Amino acid sequence: MEVNITINGSDHASDVEPRTLLVDHIRRTVGLTGTHVGCDTTSCGACTVLMDGKPVKACTVLAAQADGSEVTTVEGLKGADGLHPVQQAFTDDHGLQCGFCTPGMMLVGASLIAENPDPSDDDVRWAISGNLCRCTGYINIVKAIRTAAARVAESSIGS
Amino acid sequence: MAAPTTPAEIGGIGHSVQRKEDARLIEGQGNFLDDIDLPNTLHMAILRSPLAHARINGIDSEAATALDGVVAVVTGDLMDQHGLAWMPTLSGDTQAVLATDKVRYQGQEVAAVIATDPYIATDALELIEVDYEDLPPITTPQQSLEEGAPLIRDEKEGQTDNLAYTWEAGDQGATEEAFAKADRVVTLETHYPRSHPAPLETCGIVADVNSVTGQATIYMTSQAPHAHRTLFAMVAGLPEQNIRIVSPDIGGGFGNKVPIYPGYVVATAASLLIGQPVKWVESRTENLISTGFARDYYMKGELAVTDEGRILGLRVNMLSVQGAFYSDAQPTQFRAGLFHVVTGSYDFGAAHIDCKGAFTNKAPGGVAYRCSFRITEASYLIERLVQNAAYEVGIDPAEMRLRNFIQPEQFPYETATGFVYDSGDYPTALRTALDELCYEDLRREQAEARAEGRLIGIGIAHFTEAVGAGPSRTYDIAGLKMIDSAELRVHPTGKAILKLGVKTQGQGHETTFAQIVAEVLGIPATDIKVEHGDTDHTPYGLGTYASRSTPVGGAATAVVARKLADKSKKIAAHLLEAADEDIELASGVFSVAGSPDRSVTIQDVALAAYTNLPEGMEYGLEDVTYYDPPNLTYPYGSYIVVVEVDPDTGVWQVQRMVALDDCGVRINPMIVEGQICGGLTEGFAMSAMQWITFDEGGNCIGANFMDYLVPTAWETPRFELLATEVPSPHHPIGAKGVGESATVGSPAAFVNAVIDAVAHLGVRNIDMPVLPDRVWAAIEEAS
Ligand code: FES
Ligand code: FES
Repeated sequence: MEVNITINGSDHASDVEPRTLLVDHIRRTVGLTGTHVGCDTTSCGACTVLMDGKPVKACTVLAAQADGSEVTTVEGLKGADGLHPVQQAFTDDHGLQCGFCTPGMMLVGASLIAENPDPSDDDVRWAISGNLCRCTGYINIVKAIRTAAARVAESSIGS
Repeated sequence: MAAPTTPAEIGGIGHSVQRKEDARLIEGQGNFLDDIDLPNTLHMAILRSPLAHARINGIDSEAATALDGVVAVVTGDLMDQHGLAWMPTLSGDTQAVLATDKVRYQGQEVAAVIATDPYIATDALELIEVDYEDLPPITTPQQSLEEGAPLIRDEKEGQTDNLAYTWEAGDQGATEEAFAKADRVVTLETHYPRSHPAPLETCGIVADVNSVTGQATIYMTSQAPHAHRTLFAMVAGLPEQNIRIVSPDIGGGFGNKVPIYPGYVVATAASLLIGQPVKWVESRTENLISTGFARDYYMKGELAVTDEGRILGLRVNMLSVQGAFYSDAQPTQFRAGLFHVVTGSYDFGAAHIDCKGAFTNKAPGGVAYRCSFRITEASYLIERLVQNAAYEVGIDPAEMRLRNFIQPEQFPYETATGFVYDSGDYPTALRTALDELCYEDLRREQAEARAEGRLIGIGIAHFTEAVGAGPSRTYDIAGLKMIDSAELRVHPTGKAILKLGVKTQGQGHETTFAQIVAEVLGIPATDIKVEHGDTDHTPYGLGTYASRSTPVGGAATAVVARKLADKSKKIAAHLLEAADEDIELASGVFSVAGSPDRSVTIQDVALAAYTNLPEGMEYGLEDVTYYDPPNLTYPYGSYIVVVEVDPDTGVWQVQRMVALDDCGVRINPMIVEGQICGGLTEGFAMSAMQWITFDEGGNCIGANFMDYLVPTAWETPRFELLATEVPSPHHPIGAKGVGESATVGSPAAFVNAVIDAVAHLGVRNIDMPVLPDRVWAAIEEAS
């Protein structure tokens, strides 16, 4: 079947099998491999992308369900003026080790900040509680998302 | 902490340099196994046994083979025709690649489908009919070793029972004597449950064998690419010069990516036979049920103590649950890993350990899950025992430890099991952690809370690890000595490339190993590229596990950098027209002793190495070192956990967790702390929720992330980190390794904290994971 999905601002029209998962579509058909797969029970969040601005687990969405929507993957986080504040904060605060969970974590972080400009430690922990990390113990992920939020808030006051 | 000796621009040892690997990973440009997409790749899916123990009477793969898109169905019989139905394990046993006779655990590999599309490969699995005949499953070592138990390994010549191995260490006679002198014997029987490393990325392979040239390029999630190349050569009979293992970015390993799994062998054989690349990536369920479990030790520990709280001796009897094949990933001479470290941080003269390994109808494995070969089990046992001994003797658990610690002046210290600890100051470590918590106040608060009916517990663990295997005289895996290597080339412009035998899985080698070179030569760490994981492009080594990268590969890096520093000094002397012995090197500047204004930089020297040499010197500035460590290193730490237990539900919450680590010199403190936080979380996980268990039929409970609970950000406690720094005297830069300390040390601290909350009721043991219902039941039973 024919699906049209806007991924990171470019339109992708493709003919897919109806059963194709969005994550497989993004990785195999479109060729963007920054979105990862870490489980088969919608538990880990490695596959998280933003669909019309909201985080979804792309292993549990059919490509067909994403027809007509705007999807942002990790490859689309960076803007014309450089890294997204969340990306910058993840490296500054050592929020990643192996980096496998990182795309999903950053996308959840970016969407949290868009909704809540000053998230508390608990707010961040709750927001990322659908995303597993086996390396960091989360502490620096939480720190990075809060750093990014503070930087965004600061720059919007400044501007 | 010692202050860094290099300026921040150079970024040598002690600087929290930002990680180089981050740039690609935060932009989705990492190159993980499943991201590799070669032209004409075929996809493999594996049919696994639903039963724990059954005879295979036949396999009908006709319908699967006929499915559109299926290229081949591989069975054990086909593998057998090529002599590959069985393969050797790392512990000298054999393991079925695809079952030919029986299945011996749920999830065992029975057949594989190779198809043009991964969805089709999975569809085809459903069409394969296997005729199984049920056999009785054995799930515990107690059943397994009973007289007359069904024989699991009936194919194994000479095997008449289910005993996999026996092992003992220490001195039995001396231990009996020590026990005879004791005022009391404190006993603890506990099970360290089966766990799984479960890195977020599962295991996988892309095997690309060219049938014309014989070149085999094998991309795999490998913590030990060089060792894997040699093992592939030995097992598959491929000429080693034609095998290139490429271990790309790895999404966490923790021991899971050390062994060679049947799927790798089948994919490689299929690629060879079909002549196209074959990709296999495990599903999470496959990962959890079939590859690389850890722990599963039934332990009985006895401590001989005096009424003054002095430890005199230790006796341990263990049953190790091997699964259907004995495939522990560990050094050849160490049947129960480095369990010798069970004497812990304490000074006493006698110990004896007796261990039996038993086959069961469970997945094989025995990988060292974020642990240097069974250290975690050993450390857990001694720290639980010492805590319980304190209750029996009637002294404070902190005081009990202080009375028995090996003292700083006793190092190097030989333990009752023969390890020689390199360095440490245990009393300072424990006192520092106690002070951070205002321990005495906390004990008062605990007593007050108890009077109000609230249950507060304080758990201590003071662990000592033995890492960095290891000296070639004792340590090998499958005959390969556990040395490691580093090759360093400095280019004419003064930039460098460092090539390693070890392989990062998230530990940050590309950053920290550059820092070691920066420290020695003064080339900025940002100017040094670190290459690893590709066997065609790096020198030989045994890989990254058992916290051996820094102790062995890091030492090799320091030594090779020093070799180049020596040559550089001679070149500098030539440029400065001074005597070799008058040249001093600091932070990349070579100057003449006594006249500091006469100097050249490492960049000047690098150019001269290719353009302007002293008479008779060979061109170039590069070298390679193979490092054979003189001893293991012995990191240690003092961890203290405070919990509150709800007496009505058994639910416990961590109030505080203070973790003091001494891992010797810290190359990059930020990365070290990151490793510790990750390790503490895994220790918490094992103590609180994470386990793989089985029902009576041998069905694995814990086959996915809904049943195998790994902590999310919500459950994970906050940690307070402290440090002391006693360098390793034998390591070139004084580092000891840190990646596993926190996973090794922390489970006992968490469990001891819960026990401490209910110890006054008489509770002395709750097995891990310390689930609320277990706590509740222990309280009920005691009161
Ligand atoms: S892959 Fe785990 S939630 Fe999608
Ligand atoms: S950084 Fe490895 S899983 Fe999160």
